[in-house]
Parts: sequence; structure tokens; C-alpha cells
Amino acid sequence: MLNKYPLWKSLMVLFIVAFGALYAVPNLYPQDPAVQISGLRGVEADASTLDNIKTKLSNSNITFSKIVLEKGQILARFSDTEQQLKARDLLDDTLGDKFSVALNLTPSTPDWLASVGGTPMKLGLDLSGGVSFLMEVNMREAVVKAQDAMVGDFRTDLRGEKIRYRSVKKIDDTVNIHFRNVEDMTAANSFLEKRYRDYLLVDNEESLILSVSMTEQKLKEIRNYAIQQNITIIRNRVNELGVAEPLVQRQGKKHIVIELPGVQDTAKAKEILNATATIEFRLVDTEGDIGSAIDGRVPASSQLLYERDGKPVLLKKRVMLTGDHIVDAGSSFDEYSRPQVNIDLDSAGGSKISNTTKSNIGKPMATVFIEYKPTDRKDAEGNTIFEKIEEVISVATIQSRLGKSFRITGAGSQSEAHNLALLLRAGALIAPIQIVEERTVGPTLGAENVQLGFQAIMMGFGLVFIFMMIYYRAFGVVANLALGANLVLIIGIMSLIPGATLTLPGMAGIVLTVGMAVDANVLIFERIREEIRAGKSIQQAIHQGYDAAFSTIIDANITTLIAAIILFAIGTGPIKGFAVTLSIGILTSMFTAVVGTRMVVNAVWGGKRLDKLPI
Amino acid sequence: MQILQLKETLPFMKYRKGAMVFSLLLMLVAIVSLATNKLSLGLDFTGGTLIEVGFEQAADLSKVRSLMDNNGFDDAKVQFYGSSRDVVIRLGQREDVKAEMLGNEILSLLQTGTGQSIDMRRIEFVGASVGDELMEQGGLAMLTALICILIYVAFRFEWRFAVGSVVALFHDVLLTIGLFSIIGLEFDLTVLAAILAVIGYSLNDTIVVSDRIRENFRKIREGGPAEIINISLTQTLSRTFITSITTLLVLAALFFRGGELIHGFATALLFGVFVGTYSSIYVASSVALSLGISKESLIPEVIEVEGADQEQMMP
Repeated sequence: MLNKYPLWKSLMVLFIVAFGALYAVPNLYPQDPAVQISGLRGVEADASTLDNIKTKLSNSNITFSKIVLEKGQILARFSDTEQQLKARDLLDDTLGDKFSVALNLTPSTPDWLASVGGTPMKLGLDLSGGVSFLMEVNMREAVVKAQDAMVGDFRTDLRGEKIRYRSVKKIDDTVNIHFRNVEDMTAANSFLEKRYRDYLLVDNEESLILSVSMTEQKLKEIRNYAIQQNITIIRNRVNELGVAEPLVQRQGKKHIVIELPGVQDTAKAKEILNATATIEFRLVDTEGDIGSAIDGRVPASSQLLYERDGKPVLLKKRVMLTGDHIVDAGSSFDEYSRPQVNIDLDSAGGSKISNTTKSNIGKPMATVFIEYKPTDRKDAEGNTIFEKIEEVISVATIQSRLGKSFRITGAGSQSEAHNLALLLRAGALIAPIQIVEERTVGPTLGAENVQLGFQAIMMGFGLVFIFMMIYYRAFGVVANLALGANLVLIIGIMSLIPGATLTLPGMAGIVLTVGMAVDANVLIFERIREEIRAGKSIQQAIHQGYDAAFSTIIDANITTLIAAIILFAIGTGPIKGFAVTLSIGILTSMFTAVVGTRMVVNAVWGGKRLDKLPI
Repeated sequence: MQILQLKETLPFMKYRKGAMVFSLLLMLVAIVSLATNKLSLGLDFTGGTLIEVGFEQAADLSKVRSLMDNNGFDDAKVQFYGSSRDVVIRLGQREDVKAEMLGNEILSLLQTGTGQSIDMRRIEFVGASVGDELMEQGGLAMLTALICILIYVAFRFEWRFAVGSVVALFHDVLLTIGLFSIIGLEFDLTVLAAILAVIGYSLNDTIVVSDRIRENFRKIREGGPAEIINISLTQTLSRTFITSITTLLVLAALFFRGGELIHGFATALLFGVFVGTYSSIYVASSVALSLGISKESLIPEVIEVEGADQEQMMP
């Protein structure tokens, strides 16, 4: 029979809409103010921490509505923000630096919903408020560092193999090894070729120079590693900031996106993110004459550096230890209540410093703080040139043979010692990074955006609703039902997909889909009217109307989908949100407008003898 | 209810020469304006710093301006944003190393300078290289979209339709960008997104029309190409109007209720829907006609087998 859906098809449509509705429901529940407590540096919150926090809260008369321990984190919910803020301050002061305490808004999704994976939509920073950074990794520097390491490695290797060479020098992007005779060069060539499979070796018998450069593959690896290491380090730094649900993500070839929802004090965040610091421990050159060094006659094996107050120090060029051996660092006070930085090293670093300090007890050792600061100059590829700033932050006498843990005093004020410790702890950076984009949205603007977006959706929805009802009467009501189902499905799917984020342009995307979704119904309904006018029977007209419009609807929507997908590929943040809602909206609207309305039309008017249609 | 109940075929194609001149004229105006006025590119593309602050009472712009001038920010552009309590301050690219710290600096400057408590609404900082990359990416995106669509339409319909629809899209995009240049509205990322949505919308319209033209070329035996295009446009006209009305309704909601941040977005779409509707009637179809679209080009030249007419029964 014409225009009758089999039962299973109707049930499937109803099931899909019900499914969408189920996952859209969590968005109706309000959010609870909460405090999130998470451990730092390997520490995890456990049952005793939970008890401790509970006692602390009840002792201070702070009432919480719920407190749970989950995945090493504790989440305490409160009935209002006043209690939440009080609790944050209390816990921040009393829990010590092993834990970070962050303010959070937690959805109050009921347990039965949460157990089937129901969560509300994630809001973008333009709606929730917060700051997002785009950081650029200086790839040039990463490669240069690796090339510098090659020079050192080759020297050690050749010496180890007893192959004599004249010099090892880095020239542009290649490392040139100069030999005395062809035999040495051939030996070195075959040895290095075996040892380093990802280097390109070219020997020149005339000049006796073996040039070594990295393969594209190796260069790619280095760049990837530079990004990965930076992401890890930034994650550490961000965790120390105490932000609930931060996002650190790679974007494209050399960028890292950092999103910190709810953060207001962007200055502190930037200071911590922007600093590219490392540390070196070097011996002070006690034999060289500092006076003549200031005049420009620096001994070849030494370097003249300055302390923060401008006092010159002559240091040996050889580095005793670099910052990448640092495992942990913290600040405390020494016996004279002066701030100090405690440093823990890995075992390789421990034995290194132990060896070098053994024969130098009683001599002064300097801690050099190295910072890479972006300058306004650019290299040929348009990348920012970084200036290396070296500063002696402390000169201390080596009291005894140092081991895996030791301490440095004289790093300045307590907050400076704390900051230095934080930076040391986060590790040494392989490639300098720089903030190239920042977007901060205040909480009031965020809330306002949510309200505006919601109003626009409701108003657009209402206008289309009224128009369709007037213009297509009963069929208009059917189209409106489909429109409602479409909205529910969009929200349901947005909540279900973990990566989908609702942004202000995303809300505009929903509004736009509402307007465009009825297009499919307009096409179908106009076609039905046409067929009726052409003298077809009512059932024939319905059938023909749906069938003839179908391919048009598909073609028209696929092309819009192409535009949306391209937008998704190039867009960032809010724009991606727009592309996501637009794509989801196109797909769901095709379903509700074609399959959904057909079900209702079939159920109400299908297979009956009718003389007129209310269209 | 019916808005358009057309008994007779409207002679759209009779006016296509005039429409073509009109379109070319508009495009010329857009190009001239783009060449002379340029586009006022938003922060996303130019790089720089933008600070939006909310004051408790109506803000004194001249005071804010002098505050900026006196503190070395003499390139600052200070404007109201939406209401008299909202102020936006824009700064260009700076040679300073700490460019990303500017936002916070200015915020504290305003706080102390005006003695009012100030609400930080947003701070945006975009480095120069990011803007350049975005510009490249944006242009590339638009080009990729056009090419993908060209291929899809050529594959689904016929190359003449594909060229017609891409010319129509180019027409719509150029006029929309031209509008932004003429009225001096800021062109930022959301506007770019809106333009891609305009591409989607305008194409939607064009495809509906092309689909009907193809169908009618197969179905209607008599009448030349122009006549068949006229019939198709007349048949789809009421759908074209109604969809435009519903889309314009929701866009009006966005324009009036969506807030200052998506004003540009809504403006681009509102205008884009207008030109998109016009171009699907006059640009796409008439370009296809000029390229010599005919019955033969749409019906593959296969020897008709008996019963081939049945195709009509199962569209």
C-alpha cells in the first residue's frame, strides 16, 4: 500500500529520537559549584586525604553537598559559590604544595543518566569564560641543538674508535669532520654509517672532509620530539597552576593550543607558560683575572657572565650538569630562614655531579639561569629569533661531594625561589616556545554570550515555527515536530561526542540549521502541492512529492556539508564549533525532515481515501 | 496558504542580459571598493591586541583616549562596543617583546586611571605570523571549497551547471566581501565562516534549481532551453521564496538578538542569502544557458530501448 511505513521503521525513528532526547537531557540540569583537589608530581589523593578534607571542612563549618574520590582526585560539591570559595581558600592554605586546588563547575547529572554516559555539552571558552593560548615551538632551535649534540657525539665516537681527525665543525646544517688521510676518513665513514642510520654521509677525498647531515626523516623526528616534549612540560606547568579541566593539544606542525577554562589571572599563567628556562651548573674560574676579562681578554676556556645585581663572574665554559637531569625541585627555608631551592637529580645526573664535585671541594660553583626570550627580529623563514640570556643566579662554595639531592641558596626572595623551583621542576625545554595568540573571555561576557545565543535560537525557532504553521497548516505542524526533533538530536549528539564543543558561532550554526532545515520540508511540501495541482491522487501526490524531492535534498545538503567540513579542517576554536554544529545539523535535519516527517505523514494521512490534504 | 500562485510561466530569461549587466556592475563596484577602501581586516588577520572592558557607568571615551596617549599607547583605537558602558581598545602590532602582556598592562592602567572598577570582558592577542597564516588558510579554504563543489556538481549534473554554480558562488562571495569593504565593517574569522555558510546556502538554492532544470529537460518535449529554464525557475520560485523567508527570519533573530560578537556574522549571512537567492536564479542558470546547455547535453546519447520511458514513473 502507498504511504505506509512498516512498524519497524516507525519504531526505529522513534527510537533514534528518544535516544537523542536521552542524551540531551543532562543539559537541563544546573551546574554545581565545586572544588577539585588533585595531587601534584605523582601524588594521588586517597581515602585518608578524603577524610582529612572532610574533617577540615566540617571544622570550619563549611557545608558540602557531596564529596567523592575518583581516579586520584577529590571533587567536593557545594550548594553555593560562597561555600565553594571559602572551601577553596581553606584547602589551598592547609593542604600544602602536594595538591592543587581548583574551582570547578560540575554538572549535577543524576547517577542513572551518568551511568549510561550522559553528560552535558562541553562549552567553549567564549561561553564558559577563560583563556586560550596558542604557542609556537621554535623548530629551528630544536634542530640546531640536535646538530650541536652531533658534534660532541662524533668527537667521543671517533676518539673511542681511535680514529684520528683534525676537527669536527658545524657549518650551516651539516657537520664537517676534517681528517688527515683517506684511510681515517674511510674508517670513520663506515663506522659512523653503521652507527647512525638516519644521517647522510658524503665524503670528499680531495679535501678530506666527511660531511654529515640529517635525513628528512630524522629532522621530522626531532621536530615531533620537540613538540611532544613541550606539550609534556606545558601539561606539567598547567597542572601546577591548579586549573580544572585544562586542555593542552598539538595543532598543526609547530603550534600548541592551551585552554584554561575559568582562569582570570592571565598574567600569572603567561609568566609561567612563557618562561623558557633551563639551568646549568658550572665551576667558577678562580685562576683567570676578572679585571682583564672585563676589558675583553677572556681566557679561551672561560666565559664572562654577570649576576643579577651586575657583579661580573668568570666561569669555566665546561658545563658540570645541565637542567635536563633535574627530577624535582622545591623551595623551602634554610637554617637562617633564607629561601633556598632543593634539587633532586636522576641517577645519571647524580653520578655526573658527584664526579665533578669530588675534586673541586672548597671551590665556588655557579648556577647559571638561561632564558630564551623572543625578540622582534625574524630569520629568513619568518620564525622569531630567540635571544639567549644567561645570568648567574648563585655562586656557592661546594661544601662537600654533591649527590643526587642538593640545595642552592641565594636565589633571591622567597617568591623568586618558589618560581625558580617551579620552572626547574617543569624541566628543561629542548626548543623555546612563544605565545603567538591569546584570547581571554571574562566570566560576565561568557554568561552573556550563553544567554544571547539561547535567546537567538529560541527566537529563530519560534519565528520559523509560526511561519510554517500558518503557511502549511497541518503539514506545517508536522514540519515543526521534525524541527523540534532536529534540535533535540543536535543537542543529544553534541553531548555524546566527546570532542564537540558548543561555542557562540556554534550556537549561530544551530540557528542557521533551524532556518535551513525546513528547506527540505518546503521542497517536499511544494512538490506535493504541485502534484495535487497536476491532478494526481492524494496518495500519489504524497508519494511523488517525497520521492522527487529526495535526490534534490541530498545534493543540496551534501554540498553544504562539503563547505562545513572544509571549515572544520581550517578553523580553530569557535569556528570549529560552528562547523561541528552545522555538519551535525545538516545530517540530523535530513533525517528528521525526510524520514521523520514521512513517518508522521504516513501515520496520519497515508493509505486513506482522501479528497483534500491540509497542506 | 499560498504566497505565489503562478498560473503562467514567468519569462525570467528574457531579462537575463539586463541582469548580467546589473551583476557585472555590482561586481565592479565591489572590486573598486576593495581596491580603494580595502577590507578592514579584524584582529584575527592583522594581528595586534584587543581589550574589551565593561565600565560601571557610561564610559568617558576621551578620558580613556588621553589615558592611552599619555602612557605610550598613542596608536590605540578606542570605541564603544554595543553600549556606552562597553569599550573596546585596539592596538596594532608592536615591536615590544612582551606584546602578549599588553592586555593586562592596559587593564590595570584603566583601573587606576579612571578610578572605576572595571570588568575585563575579553582580551585578544594575535601575533603577526598567526594572522598571515590564517589569511593564507582562509583563502585556501575558500578556494578548496569552490573546487570541491565544482567537482561534485560536475559529477552529479553536468559541467555547464558546475561552471554556472561556481560563477554564482564567486559572485556571491565577491559581493558579500564587497559589502564589508563598502560599509567598512570589520572582516574577522566569524565573517569568513559566514561566507562559507553563504557558499553552502547559495549552492543549496542553485542545486534545487538545476535539479529541476535537468528534470524538465527530460520530461518536457517541446520548447527551447530558455523556455525550459523559465518553466523550472517558475516551478521552484515559491520554494525559493519560502526557504529564503525562513532563513531570513532566523538570521533576523541572530542579527537583533545574537549580540555584538556575531553581528558581522549575521550581516554577512543576511546579505549573502539575498544575493544567493538572486544569483541562483539569474547567475547560475543564465551562465549555464550561455554555455549552451540543451536537451542533448543532459540526456546521454544512448539508443533508446523500448520501455525507456518508464524512467519517468520512478523519478
